Amino acid sequence: MKHVQVLVIGGGPAGLAAALAAREQGVEDILILERDGELGGILNQCIHNGFGLHTFKEELTGPEYAARFVRRVKEAGIPFQLGTMVLEVGEDRHVVATSREYGIQEFTADAVILAMGCRERPRGALNIPGYRPAGVYTAGTAQRLVNMEGFMPGKEVVILGSGDIGLIMARRMTLEGAHVHAVAELMPYSGGLKRNIVQCLDDFGIPLLLSHTVVDVQGKQRVEGVTLARVGADRKPIPGTEIHYDCDTLMLSTGLIPENELSQSAGVALSPVTKGPMVNERLETSVPGVFACGNVLHVHDLVDYVSEEAAMAGAAAARYVLGGKAAEGESIPVAAKGGVRYTVPSAVHGGEGIIPLRMRVGDVYQNKNLCVYADDTLLIKQKKRVLAPGEMETVKLDLSKVTGCRQITVTLEDWA
Amino acid sequence: MSVRNLTCIGCPLGCPVSVTLDGDRVAEITGYTCPRGKAYAEKEVTAPTRIVTSTVRVVGGSAPVTSVKTASDVPKSLIFEVMAEINRAAAQAPVEIGTVVLENVAGTGVNVVATKAVEVAK
Repeated sequence: MKHVQVLVIGGGPAGLAAALAAREQGVEDILILERDGELGGILNQCIHNGFGLHTFKEELTGPEYAARFVRRVKEAGIPFQLGTMVLEVGEDRHVVATSREYGIQEFTADAVILAMGCRERPRGALNIPGYRPAGVYTAGTAQRLVNMEGFMPGKEVVILGSGDIGLIMARRMTLEGAHVHAVAELMPYSGGLKRNIVQCLDDFGIPLLLSHTVVDVQGKQRVEGVTLARVGADRKPIPGTEIHYDCDTLMLSTGLIPENELSQSAGVALSPVTKGPMVNERLETSVPGVFACGNVLHVHDLVDYVSEEAAMAGAAAARYVLGGKAAEGESIPVAAKGGVRYTVPSAVHGGEGIIPLRMRVGDVYQNKNLCVYADDTLLIKQKKRVLAPGEMETVKLDLSKVTGCRQITVTLEDWA
Repeated sequence: MSVRNLTCIGCPLGCPVSVTLDGDRVAEITGYTCPRGKAYAEKEVTAPTRIVTSTVRVVGGSAPVTSVKTASDVPKSLIFEVMAEINRAAAQAPVEIGTVVLENVAGTGVNVVATKAVEVAK
């Protein structure tokens, strides 16, 4: 059994930034455990540009963004172990991992940082009727095949779901010579960034069919065709609106789910909304000494925010390890209301400092004020011309202003 | 006179912007709600450019491909010509970030550079 001060689970953007921040705060003994054969996580397959505008003030591709953090981790001499999958996080931060090189390993840690990221919602979770032939991929799997392994998963493609990965893959497949017939989206709006709709679909004349879903998949060995249909307000297909496409590939970009099996094994309380851990302003979970950041906590749209959030988690883990204390004082719950689906953190302690309060809305809203109340006192009122589920919102919360209050409320109000 | 309808990408608002063209000259821009929207629309109809990202085969490397990008943006109309050259290219391992994989791609004066390091295969 090996002991480390701070154990980081996951060597993607969150884990790397968390480890760096913990080191900067003075923690010597850190270990990053990474399942894949290299550091960098999902950024390695995101070869498009647009990363790092906030962090580095320039547009980088995913691998370039990852490489900057990997270099800093190596320069700082922070140890990492690749090809290592954590199997369990138990009581008292007892961690079991397995790898080809070392077999089963057991660790204890003063603090654990959960940075496992998220995974894609698979076909099995979607209730798509039809056969189960080869040629149905999640968009991220297809992205890895094309961008890292050098394979084309298909030539005639229909994409279900207009999340950013689906949009990015519509362009990527088109550039590589495939024919993308359409992107179908169940909702009446896209969950993807505007920029991606314009530059990945409009640029190439790929239709975005809102309020449409897949009602049939044909083909026994390989996908031979896909049938789409319009859906009503109840999201049920409308008979008579079917459109058929001959194709060999169906890609799914229908949402990301934080990967929290390990969090659950550690006894961490999860949010039913984000499916990620409930955390306080230190990004500490319900289990003392266990912190969470990045897409395992809630799914982000920009990696820059992941890095920023993870650095907070790393610094908080360092303070916990070096100071040996959990957060003090009354925990004040943050209630999300009036169209706001959730906030991270979901509870805070009063005190000093300004923290980012991140959130998502549940629908598209126009001309609203994003308001934050401490009990009945209005603290923040931001005028928003548009809010969309695909775009995360952030407000800066001054903890000294909420000290002593019973509840913080975040809500949307009409322009008066 | 012709009209081009665009969606601004400056922010989540996604304003529908209409540009009226008199030949190659911009006659009128409507629908934008901020200066960024106007500038975006003007560039999009007169000289639209994009960064192209893709992959290039690596010979003798620890990975089969490296990711690449055009070192600066290229005319949107040349995207597929750029891709055709990228698809014919190959790089010899080792590849560093910034290694030039293709010079003056499709006559644009822009180089294609690697965005991921690939070591020599062990």
